[in-house]
Amino acid sequence: MIDKTILSLKEAIIKIKDGDTVMIGGFGNAGQPAELIQALIEHGAENLTIISNNAGNGYHGLAALLKSGKVKKMICSFPRQHDSYVFDELYLAGNIELELVPQGNLACRIEATGSGLGAIFTPTGYGTSLAEGKETREINGKHYVLEYPLRADVALIKAYKGDRWGNLVYRKAGRNFGPIMAMAAEITIAQVQETLLLGDLDPEHIITPGIFVQHVVQV
Amino acid sequence: MSYITRSQAEMAQAVAIDIQEGSYVNLGIGLPTQIANYLPNDKDYFLHSENGLLGMGPAPDEIEEDEDLINAGKQYVTLLRGGSYFHHGDSFAMMRGGHIDLCVLGAYQVAANGDLANWHTGKEGAIPAVGGAMDLAIGAKKVYVMMTHQTKSGHAKIVKSLTFPVTGLGCINRIYTEFATIDIADEGLKVIDMVKGMSQEDLQAITDAPLIFS
Repeated sequence: MIDKTILSLKEAIIKIKDGDTVMIGGFGNAGQPAELIQALIEHGAENLTIISNNAGNGYHGLAALLKSGKVKKMICSFPRQHDSYVFDELYLAGNIELELVPQGNLACRIEATGSGLGAIFTPTGYGTSLAEGKETREINGKHYVLEYPLRADVALIKAYKGDRWGNLVYRKAGRNFGPIMAMAAEITIAQVQETLLLGDLDPEHIITPGIFVQHVVQV
Repeated sequence: MSYITRSQAEMAQAVAIDIQEGSYVNLGIGLPTQIANYLPNDKDYFLHSENGLLGMGPAPDEIEEDEDLINAGKQYVTLLRGGSYFHHGDSFAMMRGGHIDLCVLGAYQVAANGDLANWHTGKEGAIPAVGGAMDLAIGAKKVYVMMTHQTKSGHAKIVKSLTFPVTGLGCINRIYTEFATIDIADEGLKVIDMVKGMSQEDLQAITDAPLIFS
């Protein structure tokens, strides 16, 4: 019998090694897997590259991860917030690397990995400093930039409900990057509010089919 | 030589009047979000939020605030009956794939050919952040800018060519400022509306690119 649900966050987080690339879901606080992030901080893996839309708010969650000194590099679209104190300090002191990626490119490069594509051409960023040094091509009279997939060893995502086959549904705007990061990472760990029996999730409404998910943990 | 400039609310109203019922619209963070307040309640407009909402509604009462229901600026919102949620891949497919009819953005500068600068001031050591700005700029069918006509230190923001880092090339269709509404047409910058009492010379004096008056 296959049961992807696990009882402790530690059990799954232990797979994250020094130097790993970790995708973390969320848009601001919405859909940010706070409990998984806390477990990661406690686990202590270092020199991490984090792929997420933002770089933390206040001193909790992703900001706490950055503050713990375990993050070498952020790959994100919008690190600067009114309360991005932790990132700002690290960045201005030269203590964290930043790869700035337009949000749509972040999304489609993550989708490309999950979908097995080798590369994509996107019009976003053409003619801007974020396309510097990249190959461009004119296709049907429009200019595109060649971008490569973003891969990760682990994805930490926050879903709403899941079952033992790893099927997931999300909650409102907490969905955001969850479904595409789930597809992309080698190992996807999803925290959920509730685990359900098989069949309780309507097949018509499953947002992430369990094929993409390795571990589900109720918090 | 006295004229009354448009307030932010009046600028927002001016843009709202120009939005057709049934339009799929993305309102950028900052000034443009006010436009939603002036869209008539008895008509259907579809507000898209980059973080995965279509049919975004107004701000909720405090008691209804939900951490999972926020807009691109991380403010609490509601979802209208008929609204939907989707993930980031689909959200940006809507934007990049030309499905959004109109996007209204703020700007640091707009060039006479429609080039947009709104994501970076170019200041040495500034912490960069881009979000969905570049995707919106090149993806929407029409892109309007809502901004002050000049910087706080009195420099023109409508320029011959950008001196600030580019967000998108040739992507802006219309500019709304506190003084005027200006179309970016093939012929150049066409002034289609101007506040009462302002002369053509006054407006040209604060704009760093040639204006065409009808």
